[in-house]
Amino acid sequence: MSVDKDTVRRIAGLARLAVPAEKLEPLAGELNGIFNWVEMLNEVNVADVPAMTSVVAQKLKWRADVVNDGGVAEELMKNAPEHESTFFVVPKVVE
Amino acid sequence: MSPTSSSTAAQIIKGQTGDWEIVIGMEVHAQVSSNSKLFSGASTEFGAEPNNQVSFVDAGMPGMLPVINEKCVEQAVRTGLGLKAKINLRSIFDRKNYFYPDLPQGYQISQFQNPIVGEGEVFIDLKDGSSVLVGIERLHLEQDAGKSLHDQSPDNSYVDLNRSGIALMEIVTKPHMRSSEEAAAFLRKLRAIVRYLGTCDGNMDEGSMRADVNVSVCKVGGYDKFRADGSFKHLGTRCEIKNVNSMRFVAQAVEYEARRQVEIIEGGGTIKQETRLFDSKLNETRSMRSKEEAHDYRYFPDPDLLPLELDAAWVETIKKSLPELPDEKRARFVAFGLTPYDASVLVAERELADYYEALAKGVDAKAAANWLNNEILGRLNRDSLTIADVPVSAAANNAIVTMVADGTISGKIAKDLLYIVWTEGGDPRQVVEARGLRQVTDTGAIDAAIEAVIAANPDKVEEVKAKPKLAAWFVGQVMKQTGGKANPGAVNAALKKRLNLPDEG
Amino acid sequence: MTDFTLASARDALKAKKISSLELTTALVKAVEEARPLNAYVTETPEKALEMARASDTRLAKGEGGALEGLPLAIKDLFCTKGVRTTAGSNILGNYVPPYESTVTQNLWDAGAVMLGKTNMDEFAMGSSNETSAHGPVFNPWMAKNSNSKLVPGGSSGGSSAAVAANLCLAATGTDTGGSIRQPAAVTGTVGLKPTYGRCSRWGIVAFASSLDQAGPMTKTVRDAAILLKSMASIDPKDSTSVDIPVPDYEKLLEGGIKGLKVGIPKEYRMDGAPPEIAALWDKGAEWLKAQGAEIMEISLPHTKYALPTYYIVAPAEASSNLARYDGVRFGHRAKGVRDITSLYEKSRAEGFGLEVQRRILIGTYVLSAGYYDAYYARAQKLRTLIARDFTEVYKKCDVILTPATPGPAFAVGDKSDDPVAMYLNDVFTVTVNLAGLPGLAVPAGLTANGLPLGLQLIGKAFDEATILRAGLAIEQAAAFNHKPANWWRAA
Repeated sequence: MSVDKDTVRRIAGLARLAVPAEKLEPLAGELNGIFNWVEMLNEVNVADVPAMTSVVAQKLKWRADVVNDGGVAEELMKNAPEHESTFFVVPKVVE
Repeated sequence: MSPTSSSTAAQIIKGQTGDWEIVIGMEVHAQVSSNSKLFSGASTEFGAEPNNQVSFVDAGMPGMLPVINEKCVEQAVRTGLGLKAKINLRSIFDRKNYFYPDLPQGYQISQFQNPIVGEGEVFIDLKDGSSVLVGIERLHLEQDAGKSLHDQSPDNSYVDLNRSGIALMEIVTKPHMRSSEEAAAFLRKLRAIVRYLGTCDGNMDEGSMRADVNVSVCKVGGYDKFRADGSFKHLGTRCEIKNVNSMRFVAQAVEYEARRQVEIIEGGGTIKQETRLFDSKLNETRSMRSKEEAHDYRYFPDPDLLPLELDAAWVETIKKSLPELPDEKRARFVAFGLTPYDASVLVAERELADYYEALAKGVDAKAAANWLNNEILGRLNRDSLTIADVPVSAAANNAIVTMVADGTISGKIAKDLLYIVWTEGGDPRQVVEARGLRQVTDTGAIDAAIEAVIAANPDKVEEVKAKPKLAAWFVGQVMKQTGGKANPGAVNAALKKRLNLPDEG
Repeated sequence: MTDFTLASARDALKAKKISSLELTTALVKAVEEARPLNAYVTETPEKALEMARASDTRLAKGEGGALEGLPLAIKDLFCTKGVRTTAGSNILGNYVPPYESTVTQNLWDAGAVMLGKTNMDEFAMGSSNETSAHGPVFNPWMAKNSNSKLVPGGSSGGSSAAVAANLCLAATGTDTGGSIRQPAAVTGTVGLKPTYGRCSRWGIVAFASSLDQAGPMTKTVRDAAILLKSMASIDPKDSTSVDIPVPDYEKLLEGGIKGLKVGIPKEYRMDGAPPEIAALWDKGAEWLKAQGAEIMEISLPHTKYALPTYYIVAPAEASSNLARYDGVRFGHRAKGVRDITSLYEKSRAEGFGLEVQRRILIGTYVLSAGYYDAYYARAQKLRTLIARDFTEVYKKCDVILTPATPGPAFAVGDKSDDPVAMYLNDVFTVTVNLAGLPGLAVPAGLTANGLPLGLQLIGKAFDEATILRAGLAIEQAAAFNHKPANWWRAA
């Protein structure tokens, strides 16, 4: 599998990273370097191997259904790049 | 009655090139009834100040981690059991990755390949009294997104994350619905079930339940082929109509969308699989261009969470605690003697069904249903009230209906009595005694009233002898004379005897 | 004064030989003088002195926690309430968390004093601390007869440099693929990555959630035992935190290693590795044997697949974990953008450095439609095989001894052009993260050029006590008491 310029453009779009046109080609080269190296995993037969879902033997923790958080709108706004009262503000989103 | 889906008539759309049938599947998002969110301790209450029911977890702050709310798991299991579905004792939370301002983490925690609930079934009740089976594909738990407000400023959107992280159950049906009526009936039935279970309040105005409706059309016969071999190639390309929030809109959206698709196909076009929006003002669906971008959600198991494992004994405990559900209740009501249609109307709301049962205790089921439908629900509809608003208890109504049945009062008086206790309150039996509303069956009193009417209307006496049908006028006058308390049957018999009228008069 | 270890300072404080204020003042001064190393990105001297005074008050009353009055450095990946937290990235800008991470809260609850936040590779992605938005950190060590500046390892490079240069008594680090052990090894310090789930991840900026673990970076093995005891906890706020009580690791240091079965994995003998590394490794085995351990060769057959597996799993999780840095609720937002997509794309392109962007792209690709099975799903299966290798060998041995790094510290700029060459720095450490096991790096000797090298001990899950005891044995045998010359005060 080989990554080309268009693939890099598509992935960058999915990842919401602006990549200048002239950087697409070099990035494709770098990624190919990495993916070629990773290809060695294909040597291993993993047909009957389960994928790892959890590295520790631990049961998922559950919480009780109680309200003990929230009410921090002002606190949240302190780090906000732009806000109006306690709304976060972003450029108009067109539906 | 053996309910099957394929035996019911599909809604046919008459095109220029022939007949088309509609195929509908649905994805319903039902908000889980819980105090706090799926993965945080922030409140789920509706209508708080912007961003004030948001924890640092819900806002996607760095380093924040989800911990699952046990109540939400329980509610999902309860709903699954109510849908007669398979409960998966091991399920997995995945991340669905996409960017949107109201999605603070940049991913939604959802369940993709291993949902908590598998296949189940819902019977929907149609106007003709028939029942249709709609297969449930799955139910999974996921986080709701926040809300973007677009009308507060010309250049900006405002983001409120109060909804962000609230638990939703996404309930996915198989494409088993065949008409706009079935689609609306499905949503109505599902709403009834979750409300009976107490797992979702079903409040569609507040967005507690929203439906994404998948509509496709195919030539007549295509659907049966699909049911026979399971291959989607027999069906048309579907369009998904997002976020439809009432039964009426579901029906309208299906009608519009199916016709639109038939027109396109017959005009030589092809249907593009896309997401559409239903505009209830214009009564049409239109393409949502913003959602047109090729989606690639990059699902993968959420590494912040471990697999969700349930104890079979715990599931069994929940199963034992399930209330009687609409179908079982309906069957019981039908066994009482109600028509299937009346029964399904009564079981649509648990409160209504409970009210009916209390009202019908010890009296004729049908009479009780008629009383409820004609006297109570009629009045509620007129005043836009619900059963919870009725000021007269079910027990009081039971007393009224019982008094009619044993002849204590007449049907006419019963209505007046209801009006009195509705507006003034009081115990119906005491009101009957206090106001002397008992039915008059004493023939002496009836005869006296008849004599008085005859004496006052000698001309009518002649007329009625020529035209026996006019006897009804006399009955009315006599009833008036007795203040409505006379037994109409007794009046009728006495009149015929007194005026020598033939029996069929 | 700055030479104190946690243990010796603790004892001196208890004995009232010094006060926390004196100790803290000395360290605050050392931190200021060491700015050329760029080890700290945020110094919090006022906070430190205030905490020290409070500690002294408690100590005077005979009260105080396990770390009372002991000044620490905190990796800038831990969210600290009211103190800027950047994760070494411009995208967090001047982010000030309104909450304290569980691990740091545990430390303050134990009485520790915060000196400041240490530099690190951006979002912990790096092995040399060169990807930091705050610039590289310089290793306090220099090779003999050389002035070239060396990297302190990464990603916890600020913490390793601060410990090595006596700019704190100890520091916190985090380790996703070797980010505690590798920098510890190349700075002559001790670094412990605990078992996954031992320290809470709550409040630590996430890189790769299934691999990240916080741990101590210290001057001695005993200090690592002391610090881990306070960092670790059972945290109901972290679903992956494990419900096993935290033992008293310092007490468990006693008892020696007689009869300990030590595995030597043959797959760790890499072609082209410097002979000094192999020699040190052999020496380590001899030291342990001399103290009564039994040495055996073992096999971990999937070792060579660990690094490529890691470079699928970690970027995949990172690509998702870093999606929240979108310029909407906190952190950097690009100026002058009119639509939401540009806001995302520009804010993220401006805010993330190149290595982070590269890993986001790798991660996005391996999760994308059509590639998930070939990459991500396969990598998670490989991970199962790698973990099974360990399960197998632990039927025979108690701990595993390996080199900690493939070489000593290298010069700044040496490997930054070749991502794969850079990734190879973690070749000995990364398997441990994939299997969720504890790993300890202990300084064991110097190269001919006078640069420190470390050995790694890998333990069974939640058996930190045994690798600490074996680490103590190596530490005592190696008698590593070298310190870098102080060139930075003059710089």
